[in-house]
Amino acid sequence: MKAAAFDYHAPESVDAAVALLAELGDEAKVLAGGQSLVPVMAMRLGRPEHIVDVNRIEALAGATRSNGTLRVGALTRHRDLETDVLIRDSVPLLARAAPHIGHFQIRNRGTVGGSLAHADSAAELPAVTVALDAEIEVRSSRGSRRIRAADFFVSIFMTALEPDELVTAVHLPVWGRGCGFAVAEFARRHGDFALAGAACGVQVDGGRIVRAAVGLIGMGGVPVRARPAEQALTGADAHGADLVSTGRDAVAALDPPSDAHGSAAYRRHLGAQMITQALGRALAEAQGQDRNPGQSQAGGTA
Amino acid sequence: MDVNLIVNGERCRARVEPRKTLADLLREDLGLTGTHLGCEHGVCGSCTVLLDGLAVRSCLMFGVQADGSEVTSVEGLAGDPESLSLVQRAFQETHGLQCGFCTPGFVISVTAFLAEVPDPTDEQIRDGLSGNLCRCTGYQGIVQAVRLAARLRREERAETSG
Repeated sequence: MKAAAFDYHAPESVDAAVALLAELGDEAKVLAGGQSLVPVMAMRLGRPEHIVDVNRIEALAGATRSNGTLRVGALTRHRDLETDVLIRDSVPLLARAAPHIGHFQIRNRGTVGGSLAHADSAAELPAVTVALDAEIEVRSSRGSRRIRAADFFVSIFMTALEPDELVTAVHLPVWGRGCGFAVAEFARRHGDFALAGAACGVQVDGGRIVRAAVGLIGMGGVPVRARPAEQALTGADAHGADLVSTGRDAVAALDPPSDAHGSAAYRRHLGAQMITQALGRALAEAQGQDRNPGQSQAGGTA
Repeated sequence: MDVNLIVNGERCRARVEPRKTLADLLREDLGLTGTHLGCEHGVCGSCTVLLDGLAVRSCLMFGVQADGSEVTSVEGLAGDPESLSLVQRAFQETHGLQCGFCTPGFVISVTAFLAEVPDPTDEQIRDGLSGNLCRCTGYQGIVQAVRLAARLRREERAETSG
């Protein structure tokens, strides 16, 4: 359980890091929080020749907000998603997802960029970015580009990142008033990867659902966005929405993995339940904040 | 590579291969064998240490990454080697251990946990302990230890402030 030998590089700027990646190409692996990469190296599932440790690049950490978008630096730790007020207020779904990521000792090290680049479809942050139509900002010595989350996750543990590219940030839309967000997942033990889960956001105006986002965890090789569920909900009466059939319909056409932990049918069953639960919580929160509850809501506070 | 770090309040220097984990650096190069290695891939929590005050898995970090950082291992919790920290005392009093292999990791995690959640509910305690595995006790004694440590900690704070 010891990693194979490698050359260690600890650049202090993004420019220096991408120069190293350009020079080393496929031989190099970026080390961020290390909570997935180091076990992979310990078990010798990966033996990179070069490690480019980005932990000393201060410019990669922290969040800023402008023009309705929250930019979260790649080196922002999972713990910061829970504690940073700007992040929590701007994109509450990140804060709701964070407690589901590993244990607090893992969240103290794990990073946003690392989770996205690792691209485990059973992880929370990839599903959040897909649900919210986030864009992933990447840099190489050739320049910078943004990739839509839906295009970023290509297949199991595969992303659209080129070997010389570094994830530098993720850009997420800030939703307006009357919103609710929730993450529900089922894991056999707390902190384990979920067998199935859902990350949901809804926006309610005048008692009607005006926007819905549903991202699914562990329901395929890549994080899945449940567009049929979103379409079914949009325009619906917030009170009368049938969340049970929304959940059931959303997973009907999916083909989740079948393994020792659960069959595909069991995962579909769990997935439907998690969608129903997460949407229920998100809707309750959104209705509580709906400033214009309209006729459908019988008086007063929710 | 040369690594300079502060361990349990003392400046330390070691020359290590980059592939060596922080846990192995502490154990082999600095002789601090209180940090235990169980699974060596981030699951069991035995190797938990405080890195700049935050609880982390020392098997999931390379020693070279700790250059310039401050590390507290179980040996450094009490301040001097003859005494026990409050959390250690609580584990002793409630017998929150059996074989003791996992205990250093638990003690570190609980120290960090109580700093953030000083008056935890039982549910919060169990959530806070979920990143550390114990194969002997069935956790009941450990949960009791955390309850006691939280009480002792609050009493101590009340005394010093009153």
